Amino acid sequence: MIAIIKYNAGNVQSVQYALQRVGIDSLVTDDETVIRAADKVIFPGVGHAQSAMQYLQEKQLDKLIVSLRQPVLGICLGLQLLCKHSEEGDTSCLGIFDTEVKLFPPGNFKVPQIGWNNIGEYKSVLFNGLVNEAFVYTVHSYYAALSNETTAITDYILPYSAALEKNNFYAVQFHPEKSGGIGETILKNFIQIT
Amino acid sequence: MLTKRIIPCLDIKDGRTVKGVNFENIRDAGDPVELAILYSQQGADELVFLDITATVEKRKTLIELVKRISANINIPFTVGGGISTVEDVAVLLQYGADKVSINTAAFKNPSLISELSNRFGSQCVVLAIDTKKEADGEWYVYLNGGRTKTDAKTIDWARQAVALGAGEILLTSMNNDGTKGGFAVDITLLLSKELPVPVIASGGAGTMEHFKEIFIDGNADAALAASIFHYKEIGIPDLKEYLTNEKIAIRI
Repeated sequence: MIAIIKYNAGNVQSVQYALQRVGIDSLVTDDETVIRAADKVIFPGVGHAQSAMQYLQEKQLDKLIVSLRQPVLGICLGLQLLCKHSEEGDTSCLGIFDTEVKLFPPGNFKVPQIGWNNIGEYKSVLFNGLVNEAFVYTVHSYYAALSNETTAITDYILPYSAALEKNNFYAVQFHPEKSGGIGETILKNFIQIT
Repeated sequence: MLTKRIIPCLDIKDGRTVKGVNFENIRDAGDPVELAILYSQQGADELVFLDITATVEKRKTLIELVKRISANINIPFTVGGGISTVEDVAVLLQYGADKVSINTAAFKNPSLISELSNRFGSQCVVLAIDTKKEADGEWYVYLNGGRTKTDAKTIDWARQAVALGAGEILLTSMNNDGTKGGFAVDITLLLSKELPVPVIASGGAGTMEHFKEIFIDGNADAALAASIFHYKEIGIPDLKEYLTNEKIAIRI
């Protein structure tokens, strides 16, 4: 069973619909026992880092998430919350990745970045079978800096971590659940991790 | 590279796709979910569903439709029409909408924009503006599906809305809508230059050249059209191939 962590961020349901479309059952839940027993855990979300962290702490989901041993996939805000710290609300995050989340610097580019951009320099099984520079859908104002945990790069204003990976924790900044066939391949690759 | 977006728009009335000219003379254009599946398979970058007859009684029909869309569509979609409360939005997002578009209710109660962006994030708050260029050469905001003129200039309202947390502007020119004579380049360019958020141009698409023009001369981040796609006058794959050949960044 795939558990999708339920919390106060948007877009959680979309991930379940996306898994349904590729024929995979999942459960949206905040029940510790169910999440611990799941084969895989998805930690999605669109929202604000500070209010999301507060909610996770109130529900003690913060301690649960960092202690998980099965494959975990963070998506969008999920990726950012798995990092060390976010400039959004000056928030201390879960600290799985030793990475700083920053606001895109001002300039000639629109913020938030909304739309389809490409990912490249793959270093993860998540991207097995993809063409290089595959297009994915992305919506965000904050980005995770590059690090030695970066497993895919996107360029917008500057190169940033489109994906991060450490031990059993996988994370993507873009939305595989909204990225057409490319996104479905990435979700299937995650589900097949053993 | 971030690409320009092609967005088919489905105007929904009583659960069917419809299309009018200059906001009037509405005719039927098919089942919205079937059309949406077709467009996503053809390479549409996003979809917009506008419930043009939204009333309280019809809200349930819309929610059923949103559930069907999210079960079948693997690209982002926006839902609009008659949205006036945080609760309306919570329900639509819960059933799989990625963004909501708000228009008249936001103009009448601008704090709705900040309430929505604080609760759900500005990325899911699309401010739709129906605008018309008057004899004085200025673009004004219209409400209630284009039926009610206001004294607000479009650029002023757009600036205020972005300051309150709108994450995107969906700009429909009533002068151009349904004419197939091209998008409104001047007001799109003005908003795109003045605002830090993406601008979706809408109204007037008739040829592939019109898309090139609104992306290059109007600096639009996305272009929205309805009838030319519904009536198969322009195919999305052909349009995307044309724009790529014209050196515009497009997702193929």
